[in-house]
Amino acid sequence: MKLNWAAWAFVAPALIVIAVFFFLPVLAGFALSFTDFDIYALADIDNLRFVGFANYLELLQTPLFWKALGNTLYFVGVGVPLSIAASLGAALLLNSKLARFRPFFRVALFAPVVTTLVAVAIVWRYLLHTRSGLINYGLESLGLAPIDWLGDPRWAMPAIILFAVWKNFGYNMIIFLAGLQSIPEEHYEAARIDGASSWQQLRYVTLPMLRPALLLVAIITVSGYFQLFAEPYVMTQGNPLQSTVSVLYFMYQEGFTWWSLGRASAIAFLLFALILAATLLLLRWNRRVETA
Amino acid sequence: MRIILILVVAWALAGCKDSAHAPTVIRFWAMGREGEVVRQLIPDFERAHPDIRVEVQQLPWTAAHQKLLTAFAGEALPDVAQLGNTWLPEFAALHALDPVQPSVIDASDYFPGIWQTNVIDHVAYGVPWYVDTRLLFYRRDLLAEAGYAAPPTTWSEWTDMLRAIKQRAGPDRYGALLPLNEYEPLLAFALQQEAPLLRDGDTRGNFRSGDFQRALRFYREMFDNGFAPATNANQISNVWDEFARGSFTFYITGPWSIGEFKRRLPASLQASWMTAPLPGPEGASYSIAGGSSLVVFRDSPHKAAAWQLVQYLSQRDVQLRFHELTGNLPPRRSAWNDEGLRNDVHARAFREQLERVKPASKVPEWERIATDMQLVVEHMVQGSGLTIEEAAAEIDRRADRILEKRRWLLARKEQP
Repeated sequence: MKLNWAAWAFVAPALIVIAVFFFLPVLAGFALSFTDFDIYALADIDNLRFVGFANYLELLQTPLFWKALGNTLYFVGVGVPLSIAASLGAALLLNSKLARFRPFFRVALFAPVVTTLVAVAIVWRYLLHTRSGLINYGLESLGLAPIDWLGDPRWAMPAIILFAVWKNFGYNMIIFLAGLQSIPEEHYEAARIDGASSWQQLRYVTLPMLRPALLLVAIITVSGYFQLFAEPYVMTQGNPLQSTVSVLYFMYQEGFTWWSLGRASAIAFLLFALILAATLLLLRWNRRVETA
Repeated sequence: MRIILILVVAWALAGCKDSAHAPTVIRFWAMGREGEVVRQLIPDFERAHPDIRVEVQQLPWTAAHQKLLTAFAGEALPDVAQLGNTWLPEFAALHALDPVQPSVIDASDYFPGIWQTNVIDHVAYGVPWYVDTRLLFYRRDLLAEAGYAAPPTTWSEWTDMLRAIKQRAGPDRYGALLPLNEYEPLLAFALQQEAPLLRDGDTRGNFRSGDFQRALRFYREMFDNGFAPATNANQISNVWDEFARGSFTFYITGPWSIGEFKRRLPASLQASWMTAPLPGPEGASYSIAGGSSLVVFRDSPHKAAAWQLVQYLSQRDVQLRFHELTGNLPPRRSAWNDEGLRNDVHARAFREQLERVKPASKVPEWERIATDMQLVVEHMVQGSGLTIEEAAAEIDRRADRILEKRRWLLARKEQP
């Protein structure tokens, strides 16, 4: 009993901080999502109405919400596999016995992760510039027509995906690298003796052994990519034709541009439900693969 | 314990003694370039008022609105601030602003349309600091090549000129540039009509009115006839280059463009661009009353000193210095009598237009309604198949939804 008391005393500071700065705001936000909190309510709390599920129902009828959701799913659907593939590819290259200057490349490939997002987003805006950008210069020297990356509704999201993948792949690469290094060399030796090609080694030794790392990376990346915000905020402000408005950017506009905090909170909880669902789906998929 | 008490008392006494001598500090928030430049005007004010010290904080325009609202929620507003005049209704609804006393400022010297943007329910809450309106910037040489010596004054004259220019210019060049992500050109055409944009005490959209549809039709035909390209400003990487290249002859923009055009157009073109008042349906007509105002917040502990600062910044000579530093146009007629401004050929059209400016609807929801209006119209122009009537009905539907809370508030107020 005494021990129990001491344990609670030790975790109390952390619990209090989490309660005050996490659980309380989340609960308040949840309550807010059932009201029509706006600037009138900010002026006088008597102007606050309890609206039940009206915010949620209204959101489901708002075309921009569906558009934002579509944009976000596009970003997650293309960005996550691309990001994981890039991380895995980079990790495999770095882990290869043929690789030289390993520490240098490890640092170089990890560097984008530690850069400030806003600063590199601005650099990328220069790179993606229609006329004077380096990327279009490259395209033109290959004989391709220049692309209006951030001004064309069809290309703005691919440009943002490209940027996000470049910015984030280094982090997952490090996780994969750790996973690769923990695979015992004997497995590969045995596979080689059995005559496995290097593709078969990757398919039947490396990937199954990496599964825990893959699951972790997938969950982190999916939940991170669902929360797309800073890239469109800095690079496109949701334009052109709202093709880069993500759910979180939509929430930001509702909450801080128009000050409809009730609706903004509802968006936040819908996004939360979505990320939770995606994570559960991943876990379930993992369990099925495990038992299979 | 006693030692602590003594220390507290001593500190409190010291504090009292200090404040008797220390100057009153006024916190002043200003945005963008204005926030940078206004610092140069402060030393003169502080010299004249040795008991007041002004602390200027510069906010970026893109974050200013959020920052001000957050500051209101957190009770951290400054004493004085620059406020875009479309934000004024919002802060008035929050009861955050101190009304302007008639003894502080003489309203009769201000352009009436501009002054009106600060008046909500017959109370003035801000003092115009500089003005902004939209009118025509055009290429004289290209217009002359098309056979016209003077800029248009009516819609039909303008249409004729645009057609003539388009015939000469070919498919890649246009008569006018109306960026699709800016609501101001359409809003200006709409303000030239009789019917207000909102009806029933500003609680419902009035976009289905024949008047608004007339403005919308005129706007749409600009694109349908190929007079203007259906692009938004982000797609044009450099407006000044395109203007210099003759990609378009007319451009609807505001006073800051005078400085930009002088700086960025090549010297050879400097004699061939000019400004003109916005053409109206049947001759000289209205444009948008915009700009920024100076406001004092209700909760400021130094209201008297704060108003002294506003008064100082509104003096004719100070406004002229401010104009020299920023290129912003002054809101007082007396400042426009100054020789420098009178002889500025590019500013002349603004002087004329400023006598005919109208504020848009003064409800806190206005900016959101205008943004939605432009989104609907952008989709219409980009060819989503919406007709003019359908687009107008859609804007009304959105406006009515945005104004729902306002209707509820007013209905509740009427109940006993």
